[in-house]
Formats: sequence, C-alpha cells, structure tokens
Amino acid sequence: MSALLEVNNITKIFPKVRANDGVNLVVEEGEIHAILGENGAGKSTLMNIIYGLYRPDSGELKFNGEVLNLSGPHEAIEKGIGMVHQHFMLIPVLTVAENIVLGAEPSGISYNRKKANELIREISRNYHLEIDPDAKVKDLSVGLQQRVEILKAFYRHAKLLILDEPTAMLTPQETEELFGIMRNLKKQGISIIFISHKLDEVKEISDKVTVMRRGKTVGTLNTKETNEQELANLMVGREVVLRVEKSEYNPGDVVLSVKDLTVSDEQNIEKVKNVSFDIRSGEIFGLAGIDGNGQTELIEALMGLRPIKSGIIKYNNNNIEKLPTRERYKLGISYIPQDRQQEGLIMKFSVADNLILKEYKNSQYSKNGVIQYKRVFENASKKVEEFDIRPTDYNLLAGNLSGGNQQKIILAREVGSDPKLLIAVQPTRGMDVGAIEYIHKRLLQLRDEGSAILLVSLELEEIMSLSDRIGVIHNGVIMDILDGKFATREKIGLLMAGSQIDAKEVEVL
Amino acid sequence: MKEILLNPQLWSATLAMATPLALPALGGTFSERSGVVNIAMEGIMLIAAFFAVLFAHLTGSAWLGLLGAIVVGMIVAVIFAWAAVTLTADQVILGMAINIFASGFTAYLLNTIFGFSGTPTDTPMLPNINIPVIKNIPFLGQILSGNSVIVYLMIILIFASNYFLFHTNLGLRIRAVGENPEAAETAGINVIKLRYLGVALSGLFSAIGGAYLSIGLLNSFSTDMSSGRGYIALAAMIFGKWTPFGSFGAALLFGFATALSMQLQNSAISKNIIMMLPYILTVLALVGVGGKSVSPAADGVPYTPKK
Amino acid sequence: MKKLLKSIYMPILAVIIAIIIGSIIMLVTGFNPLSAYASLFIGAFGTLPNIANTLANAVPLIITGLGVAIAFNAGLFNIGAEGQYWIGAIVATWIGYSFKGLPWYIHIPFALIAAMIAGGLWGGIVPGFAKAYTGAHEVITTMMMSYVAIYFSHYLLEFGPMMEKGSVPQSPLIKDSAVIPTILRNTQLSYGIFIAIAAALFVYWLMYKTVWGYEMRAVGFNQRASKYAGMNVPLNIVLSLSLSGIFAGLAGAVQILGVQHRLYDSFTSGYGYTAIVVALLAKNNPIGVVFSALLFAALGTGSQYMQLNAQVPGQLADVITGLIIFFVAADKIIEVLKSMFKKQKKEELAS
Repeated sequence: MSALLEVNNITKIFPKVRANDGVNLVVEEGEIHAILGENGAGKSTLMNIIYGLYRPDSGELKFNGEVLNLSGPHEAIEKGIGMVHQHFMLIPVLTVAENIVLGAEPSGISYNRKKANELIREISRNYHLEIDPDAKVKDLSVGLQQRVEILKAFYRHAKLLILDEPTAMLTPQETEELFGIMRNLKKQGISIIFISHKLDEVKEISDKVTVMRRGKTVGTLNTKETNEQELANLMVGREVVLRVEKSEYNPGDVVLSVKDLTVSDEQNIEKVKNVSFDIRSGEIFGLAGIDGNGQTELIEALMGLRPIKSGIIKYNNNNIEKLPTRERYKLGISYIPQDRQQEGLIMKFSVADNLILKEYKNSQYSKNGVIQYKRVFENASKKVEEFDIRPTDYNLLAGNLSGGNQQKIILAREVGSDPKLLIAVQPTRGMDVGAIEYIHKRLLQLRDEGSAILLVSLELEEIMSLSDRIGVIHNGVIMDILDGKFATREKIGLLMAGSQIDAKEVEVL
Repeated sequence: MKEILLNPQLWSATLAMATPLALPALGGTFSERSGVVNIAMEGIMLIAAFFAVLFAHLTGSAWLGLLGAIVVGMIVAVIFAWAAVTLTADQVILGMAINIFASGFTAYLLNTIFGFSGTPTDTPMLPNINIPVIKNIPFLGQILSGNSVIVYLMIILIFASNYFLFHTNLGLRIRAVGENPEAAETAGINVIKLRYLGVALSGLFSAIGGAYLSIGLLNSFSTDMSSGRGYIALAAMIFGKWTPFGSFGAALLFGFATALSMQLQNSAISKNIIMMLPYILTVLALVGVGGKSVSPAADGVPYTPKK
Repeated sequence: MKKLLKSIYMPILAVIIAIIIGSIIMLVTGFNPLSAYASLFIGAFGTLPNIANTLANAVPLIITGLGVAIAFNAGLFNIGAEGQYWIGAIVATWIGYSFKGLPWYIHIPFALIAAMIAGGLWGGIVPGFAKAYTGAHEVITTMMMSYVAIYFSHYLLEFGPMMEKGSVPQSPLIKDSAVIPTILRNTQLSYGIFIAIAAALFVYWLMYKTVWGYEMRAVGFNQRASKYAGMNVPLNIVLSLSLSGIFAGLAGAVQILGVQHRLYDSFTSGYGYTAIVVALLAKNNPIGVVFSALLFAALGTGSQYMQLNAQVPGQLADVITGLIIFFVAADKIIEVLKSMFKKQKKEELAS
C-alpha cells in the first residue's frame, strides 16, 4: 500500500506566528490517521493547506504520487481530497440532495431531481450512509447533517476525507454511528484524517496518530502501541513552567458558588453539564480546557448573557441566576470578555467613553441623565496613567489603539473598579511579553487584596503559573479540580483530553 | 358595492394596475434571492419609462422603445451591482441615491429634450392583444383578453421565473448564494457573478415594468410617474415570501386596492382607507402575523470572497 | 481642527464630483454650467429675500434631518420620516384650527408637543417594536407607515373630517394664535428657524452629553458589546425610532404653523426623502445636519431661480443630490480613484 498523502516539511508563517513549522505527515490508503493537538498547535492550518485554502510558504505536498500545487479547494476536490469542516457549510432551507450536488449538478439546465436523488442513493448505499435525499437540511439532526457533509465529499469522489473535530457537536450515540461509518469507509480503501483533542476517541478509532504542538509535528505513533499518558505528554509538552512569585494562599469566604449548573446552546445541546465549583476570596481559580468544551457557555451563564437550563449560581450567598447582567455588575462582578473588539469595547467610542462602559449610569458619572464629563475625564486620566495605556490621549477612538492597549482599557475598567469577583477570559490573548507580565501582576495584586478571580485561558502556562486551584473542563464536565501547587502538565493534559485516569495513578516520568 | 364588484372593468383594471407592481416585484425576487436588497428598482423603472418614450419616439417603433428601455435599465442595474456587490457599499443608501438621481435626471431630460409641453402625443404605444376565442367569453373575456402585450409577457415571465428559480441548476445556485454565500463558494460557485446576475435580472424586469407605464398603459412620460411602485413592489415581494407566484398574488392584491379605489371615486372615505390596506397588511406580514416571512438568510449582507 | 477637516473632506469631495458630473450633463444637453451654477447661487443667496427663503427651506430639512440622523446613529434606517412628518403636520393643523381663544404661548407649544408625540408614536410603536422584538426591517416598516400616513391625510382632507367647507381638499386655516410669525415680510422665513437651530443644539447635547445618547450610539455601533455592558438593546431600538419620529413630527408641525398655516392635499412634502440625504451627507452629526440642510435648501431655492433665469430645468438639483449620495455611499470609489491617480503618478515618476 503506497502512501496516499505525503506532507513533507511544510512551513506556513503568518504575521506573528509560525503556524506550521516543518510539518511532516504520511497517510496510507485505507488508514484512519488522527491528528492530536491543543489549540494553536497548527492542526487547522495544516488541514487548510491540504485542502487548498492556504498556500504553504515552503515544503511539498504529494497526493497519489503527484506533487500538488493547489489554487483553491476546487482543485483539491478534483484531486480527490474532501473535507468536513467543524462548522458545516450547508444551506438549511435546501434539501439534502440540493446541498450535496450544488456546484456539480447532474448535467443540463433543469435541475434533474430524479437523477440527483438516484446518484445520492447510490453513494448512500455504497458507503452505508443512510439519508433521505428529499429531506430539508434544517430538519435534520446534527449527526445527519454531518452525514450530508460526508456525502458531499463522496459525491465528488474523495479518496481522502478530512474530518475536523467531527464529534464536537455529536451526542455519544451519534459519535458511535460516525465511528461505524468510518470503519466501513476504511474497508473500502478510503483514507481518513481525523482531527481531535479527545484521547479516548483517538484510541478507539485511529490506526496512527500524529501529535502536533506549536506548529511542529512532535511524533507519529501507531495507536495500538501507545497509551493515553504518552499522547498527553506529547500534546502538552514538558517545559518547566516558570512560576510567578505568589504570596501565600489565604482564601477567605466563598464568593461564587456554582452547583449542578447545566447550560444549553441555541440548538438545545447541553454544553455545560452539571458543573459545580466554588471560588473563594483571595484565590485565583483557573479553568483549563480546550476551546469549545463549554467554557464560553459557562461564562455567559455566569454573566447573565445566556439563560441556564438548571442549577444554582450563588454570589456571596445570594442566588443570582435570574439577575440581569447590569445588576450583576452592580454587585461587584467584573468581566473581561473573550473578544475584546466585539464584546469588550466600542471601537468607535473614545478611550474615556469605553472606560465608563459599565458605570456610566452610576451617580458618580451621571446626574439626572446628563453625563458629567469632568468626572469621566478625571477617571480616564487616572486610569490611563495607572494602567499605562498608550497613547495617553483618552479622547482617541479605541479602534486607533493597538491590541495590547485595547486590552488595557478593558483591564483598567474591570480591574480598576475593585471587583469582588473578576471573571477573566483569555486576558492576555495576542499580547506581547511585557504586557502579559503586567496583566499577570495586576491579577495577582487583585487576588492579594481579597478579590476572587475566575481565570479562563487556553494557555496552560498562564493557568499553571497564576492559579491557586485548577478546574479542568472537557465536554462540558469538570473532570477534576486540582491543587495549583501540585498540578503538572501531564495531569492537566490528560484531563483536558477527557481521560478518566485517576490523577493519583499518574507517574511523573 | 355589488355592482362595482361585478363590473369586469374593475378586474381588468386590477390586472393592469398589478402589472407595474408584479414586474419589479418579480425582479426583486431574483435580486434578493441572490442576496442583494435592490431598493433602486423604483429609479430603474422611472429611467426605463423615460427612455422607452424617447427611443419609441426616435425610432417610430414601440418595440425598439421597449428594447432601449431594457438596455438602459440594465446599465443602471449593473452600476448598482458594481457599487453594492464589488465595492460592498451600503445597499439601502445606494438604492436611495439612484432613485433620487433617476427622479431628477428623467425630469431634467424631459424638459431639455421635449420641452415643457411634455412628450409628443404621437409616441407609438405597445399593442394590446385581443385573444380570438377568449374575448367572447362573457365577463371573463373582457378581463382576459384585450390587455397590453406586456401583461401577457408578464404572465409568461412569472411561470418562467418560477421554473428558473426553483427547477433549474442555475436557479438553485442563485438561491444558495443568497442563503449561505460561504457554503456556495466552497462548492465552487462564483458568488459575485451570480449576484450581478440577480441584480441584472431585477433591472430587466423593472425596466419592462417602467416601459409598460410609459408606452404600454399610457403613451407619455411625466415626472415621477413611477409613484413609488418600486417600493410597493418590494412590499409585494416580501408579502409573497420571495416567490414569483407569491409576488404576483400580492401585486394583484395591491392592484385590486388601487382599482377599487378608482371605482369608489365619490365616496372618498372608502377610497383612501382601501388604499391604506395593502401597506398595513405588509407590516402585519413582516411582524409574523400568519407565519414568519423569512427572507433569504444572507439578504443584504455584502460578501467578500476569500482569497 | 485637523480631526474636523479629516471627517468632512469625503462629503465635500463627493459634492465636488457631483457638481462636475452635473456640469458634464449640462454641457451635453447644451447648457453653460457656469452660468447655470451662477444663477443657482444667486437664487439661493443673491438677495435678502432669497437668503430668507433658503433659510426657510432649510427649517424642515434641518428638523427632519435631525430625526433621520438620530436613527442612523442608533444603526437604524428611518426611511419613513416623510410619514412621521405628515402625522405631525396633521396633528398640528387640527390643534391649530380647533381651539379658539388660546393665547399663543399655549397654543403653539401645545400643537408642537402634540405633533412630536404623534410622530414619535408613529415611528416608535409599530416600526420600533417590530424591529426590536421580531427583527422586521425598519426600512420597509417605516416606509409602509409612511404610505399609511399619506393616505390617512388624503382621507382626512378629501371630503373627510378635516376638510374645509367648500370644494377644495384642504383644511381650514389655523387660528392666528397658532401661527409662528414670519421674520421677514414676503418671505417664508418664520421664527421656526430658531426652533430648528435649537433642535440641532438639543440633539447635539442629547447625543453626546446624556446617558440616553451614550446608549443609543453604543447600540448603534456595537449591539453585542452593548449587551455585554448590560444595556437593554431592544428598548434602545424602540426609543431611537421614537425619538426619530418625534423630530420628523416636529418638522411637519413647524412647517404648518410657520409657513403653510393649513394642511394641503399633496402627495409628498418633498422633505422626507431629502432629509435622509441631508443626514447622510452630514454623517449623522447634528451640527453637520444644519449645514447639510442649508446646502440642499440652497439647491432647492436656487434651482427654481435657475430654471426661470437660465432655463436649466430645476430637476438638475435632484440629479446632483442623487450623485452626491451615491458617492458618499460608495466612498470606496474615491479611494479607488485616489489609488489610480497615485499609480499614474508613480508611472510618471518612473518614466
């Protein structure tokens, strides 16, 4: 069996980051090959290159013995490479058949519904992918919608199928069905690249697994010959974490108490499942996990931006599940949102106006509906100096500042109000070392002054160096809560990837 | 009241009044199904109406007038498409700009070319067609036969449009582009080209509607003779749930209201109240009374293709 | 100062390009653009009565323009300002002729405030709630309400409850106590101009100095971030459209009380759609609206003069207006043109 796909030394550099750095990959015919890695490891970039969406800066791509120079996905599709994205590219109001044949309709001017349905039923049969061609996509379950995406690839005669985090949206039952389909496809000689961060699935379904970290391929193993621990180690690495100087851990009373919280998304799929944890004053609680495992929904629920299905949220012993967002701010909760430009700032407002985005209705800034700009400017002047926001002209529009300084505006606003509880999501994303250091210092300062901090981050170092306790979330469930002093990358990595291995049994090799 | 309803004049007037609404509404369907909100149909109708008279007068042939109107109308549509689709400028504002421009431009040309006495009274008109056997059927005959050729053209276009949009591959692609341009792009479809097509078709239909006003229904052009029909056509399209038959039905409803109010000349009370009804109904339809009216998902949202 | 210049250079450029294209159109159709524009200018600003009439023309444009600008600032298109204007005019007229014996300092404010409330409800209740709670696009809803308002006024005036005795479809004259006096005799300029300027100042203050304005602009710029900051987005949408309608209604009232003194049965005031253009050119800044309104008012009065004296059809004003807005909207064209010029220059330097 010759190699179907050969990726040789592919490098792709974006303005601030080496997304792929000398990546190597070999996929044989009829092989299920898993790609394992954290966020930012470079998996998506690699897939986009194979699928023709990006051009590599150097290196070679060989498919079926032929060197590929793809000008776009259409060429990749022609060569026989199919991809099922994490976010489906489907048109809900059209039928299954219409979605599948779109762009390559059975010939003629008129839409030949009979022929299209026939073709689809044939593929359906061949690959054991049962579907009703006349059903409207919007009426299908997520699992079936995914099947439509797979059928799209086979309608165009794919020999290599790339599945990007396919089980992210599926129920356990649907996942099993998908695995059954994958095994069938393998029997037919189809090769599958399966991107995942879930160790149990990788172990169950793949023949080979390649681990990526920070843009590099750090290892390719035969799945049968490895174990979850080894994979987790490769995935998160073994660098020694530089611990930041932290003063003693002296937690006070419980500030935030979450019990059996369940939150669903717009499609009514549970994203947060019976989560419970407490956070005390004077402690930093880090929430570690791979993106998409329920953190977003959890935080939105805590802030009143998303309704909860069931459960209790207590703040200083008072139930706040029904409180509107503004009331929660008034109680002393601060929030640094994930997306500073879309959620945290009004780009077309000045720095000064952004600094009072939460408090403009307070009596110190407005009297009888009129904004007291003297006070607003005083506040702006103070905060700009204290948080070193540059340029110092607080009348500039926020959109004119650099990303790091924009984040500082948000920080100044949320930290500067002396919150009792601070929820910080990705507070140092996209910032340079100096700025990161500064923000970490401020967070620790807050903690020492008695605030409770819930830190959500995709950066393991950040979580490990700052947190007093670390909760790891996977698939909407808190796998475990670890003591910050004794948590290791290996342990956290395992939990992040969904492994149920008892932390006690872990040997630090 | 009964006499009014039994008068075939009412119903043929309904058809006549509905035509200049149905045509742009039909055109709007193509544009919006491909994802572009075309508010400029009002302006295109007006420009087409003027140039129909101009070309008909210059060439002595109403058909050439129609052709000229269509060419000019489509040119304006393509300019709009360029600004809206390629330059991704705000579609509503652009539409309004074109309408204001059209109003002034046509009136300006009317005065400079034809002088203040208006368009010549001997401007050739598009013919009415009397269908042999049908015209003798009592009551129905008076309605179905004797209409302008454009009316019959419109009927054909409605069926053709429905077939095109819902039963051809190209129509499928247009609809895909208006619902999820990203998905269409990954399927290898040229989103930009199809949106230009949608807008061009809306220009074509609006132009025919405009020509109908000036050389089909009447044989002259007067300032602002489109009287907001381009906007009403949008309402008809929404009311008709972005389908050709639905748009036609809604246009008939609006046309009926106009025709009825013309018959009720002397009881002004009923006349104006009846004129209000189609608009009230449209608002009700928009807020979801009688089922949610769902527009194409990507309607009005400019799209930049990935590189 | 630099900031101010930077923000107005685009609109000014659009006006210049429109004037140039207008000149081309005039040349092609056999007119002399210079004499045409000259008579346009004289018609607008040449004599004291002309200036007064230009200012008078600007009054409804300023006030309605403010209304449209308020909506735009909140991210909403109030295309139906025309209808809200009519509702305001209807209410003001009715109050104007129905109440006898009121002193002017009660009669006028009463009429104005009632008109404002009526306009506000017309814009806020149906289009506002529809948009806020069902997402129905306000372009169509406000436009439909506009037609309803116009037909409603026809109904009232054509042998309806508000028609004057006789055969002309118009309302009775408003009482003297409801009249806003003229400033300059034999012109249309009334004290309404002060109301217009006061309105502009008020809207400026409201937009940039109050909590309400802050929230409206925030929601207009970024609904998501506003929601995250705890603002009530649907409520703001309703309030913005209502406020927009309030000013459009006020404009109708001022025009009736100050200029027309009765309601006529016409199909359009001509101000509703022009107000949209006024707001766009002014980039929705209340003070800018005053200047933009003056420009379009000047185009209006000037073009009438131009038609009489240079025989250039007055509708050229609409042509120029349409072109201005086209270029303001497609401002990327200007950038494309700029880069084309830069490329040409580069090639010249290289050769």
